[in-house]
Amino acid sequence: MSVTRDDVLHIAELARLGVDAHRADELVKELSAILSHMEVLSQVDTASVATTAGVGAGGTPLRPDVGVAPLMRETLASMAPAMRDGFFLVPRLATHEDSSESGA
Amino acid sequence: MTIENYTQLSAAAIASGVRAGELTPHDLISSSFKRGAEIGAGPEELNIILYSDEKASRAEAEETATHLKSAEDVGILAGVPIAIKDNIASFGLPTTCGSKILRGYVSPFEATAITRLRANGALVIAKTNMDEFAMGSSTENSAYGPTRNPVDVRCVPGGSSGGSAAAVAAGITPIALGSETGGSVRQPAAFCGVVGVKPTYGRVSRYGLVAFASSLDQIGVLGRTVDDAALGLECIAGFDPLDSTSSDADVPIYRLAALGKPAPEARNPDTEAIRIGRSPVPLPPPPSQNTLEGVVIGKPREYFPDSLDGSVRDLCERALDRMRWMGATVRDISLPRSPLAIPVYYILAPAEASSNLARFDGVRYGLRVDPGKGLRPMYEATRSEGFGPEVTRRILLGTYVLSAGYYDAYYKKAQAVRTLIADDFRAVFTGGVDAIFTPTTPTTAFPIGAISDPYEMYLNDIFTVTANLAGVPAMSVPIGRVRRLPVGGQIITAHFDEYKMFRVAYALEAALGAEAHQ
Repeated sequence: MSVTRDDVLHIAELARLGVDAHRADELVKELSAILSHMEVLSQVDTASVATTAGVGAGGTPLRPDVGVAPLMRETLASMAPAMRDGFFLVPRLATHEDSSESGA
Repeated sequence: MTIENYTQLSAAAIASGVRAGELTPHDLISSSFKRGAEIGAGPEELNIILYSDEKASRAEAEETATHLKSAEDVGILAGVPIAIKDNIASFGLPTTCGSKILRGYVSPFEATAITRLRANGALVIAKTNMDEFAMGSSTENSAYGPTRNPVDVRCVPGGSSGGSAAAVAAGITPIALGSETGGSVRQPAAFCGVVGVKPTYGRVSRYGLVAFASSLDQIGVLGRTVDDAALGLECIAGFDPLDSTSSDADVPIYRLAALGKPAPEARNPDTEAIRIGRSPVPLPPPPSQNTLEGVVIGKPREYFPDSLDGSVRDLCERALDRMRWMGATVRDISLPRSPLAIPVYYILAPAEASSNLARFDGVRYGLRVDPGKGLRPMYEATRSEGFGPEVTRRILLGTYVLSAGYYDAYYKKAQAVRTLIADDFRAVFTGGVDAIFTPTTPTTAFPIGAISDPYEMYLNDIFTVTANLAGVPAMSVPIGRVRRLPVGGQIITAHFDEYKMFRVAYALEAALGAEAHQ
């Protein structure tokens, strides 16, 4: 299955990756080539096969629903690009959201 | 024992020398940094080490030296310098995953694996170069430039743990930590002529390992010898409440596997004294015709295709012959769904990565690029500027296979085929095979820049990725050289049976002797 330029631009948008026109054209070729190798899977009969999301032998053990505070050496403020009064500062939302995303 | 032959000392020998007062942590730090300088481990030459702080390492050595004078148990890695892959969170040194998006980031917490190494007396001396976010098989995808293979500087060291494998191969440290998602410890171990272990999924805590594909990721160990790797894994394995996927299965003393016997049934005072370093491991007998008596080695036909490099095949056959000589039975087997592993892996791993890497958005830590047009342009500018081409490609691939209309055809299908691949391994092991032997990689290390097609690069993982998909333990040991470049042989065992894997590895290493590096 080949991906189209629109596919690339759509998934780039979903992944919040800015992709310029030249790179989008390259990615169409690269992703199509990679996905062509995946087609072999469609020939495998998996109708009666359960899906595997993980391989932890014996399953994931349960524990009390209590968080453990990690030992923190650095402060959040020392890592964050911008903080004020204990909150992370981000650029304004209202200036960029387009109408197609409202309610999404 | 003297510090002059530092590059030849095993981790166990170093720890023993430190405990006996023959070596000092200070001298070991000096030797490690001196070796790094000699070999050119910095960014201008081999580019093995991304971050180190000799002053801080000396302070850590001072603490260890003080502790040595007062403590009865100083740990089985006392004074052993260790290098850490740059995607494992560490105190003191940056954790940047070989990415521009985390340039300068110092983790506020430390990975459980590192905490355990330190608790056993190890000295963390450096963070090593890697493919960005562990996505690659050559360490060419690092934002900080490629690493060169110390065996042949024209070649790649493999990846993504290429810096860690190169650090061990160059004699900078006897042990290094790496991480695996599809072969990222074993493949560079094979390319650099060292030992690389990927434990069972759940054997080692992933707490502090920056997530790539969470259902596949595992921290692994690189060592100069099988014993170095066994010792390292012993220290970091075991349940950790900070990782809900870590297992509470008992951790055997892997070093006892050198004796060529099954694991002791239960803990007892004698073995516990060995575990904590109060007693040495008894000297193993030399390999003989009954060292592997009763052990059945599976030779899967899918891993010895007609297209396999003839020299690699010959070295594998020599290794199998040695195992036969030691009493093992070699049985032809089939893992019929293994040829599907690369397509499965390159759907599942990017899918998980596309989710895991969503956290790098310029808000809480790391790079922020703000064009001043609002939140979403900031996200896009940050991520586009911060991620390199391979990471971008995989995020997009993962987003695509998870998106509406393609989820069933790709992601769900790949999950089902993953089940079949794991079933193949289960059937082989329940059918009486103790260990599977294969080449680790189809070829030796290739020249830097030789592979530009992404899918061709992915095929480097063709023999390793199945163990990640099935969650079983696997390791690579040196089995010889082709045109002076190392070749690795892979040993795979059933879930949580690392002990048996080490038993075969110890035997093979002893039987090959110097030939493993010729």
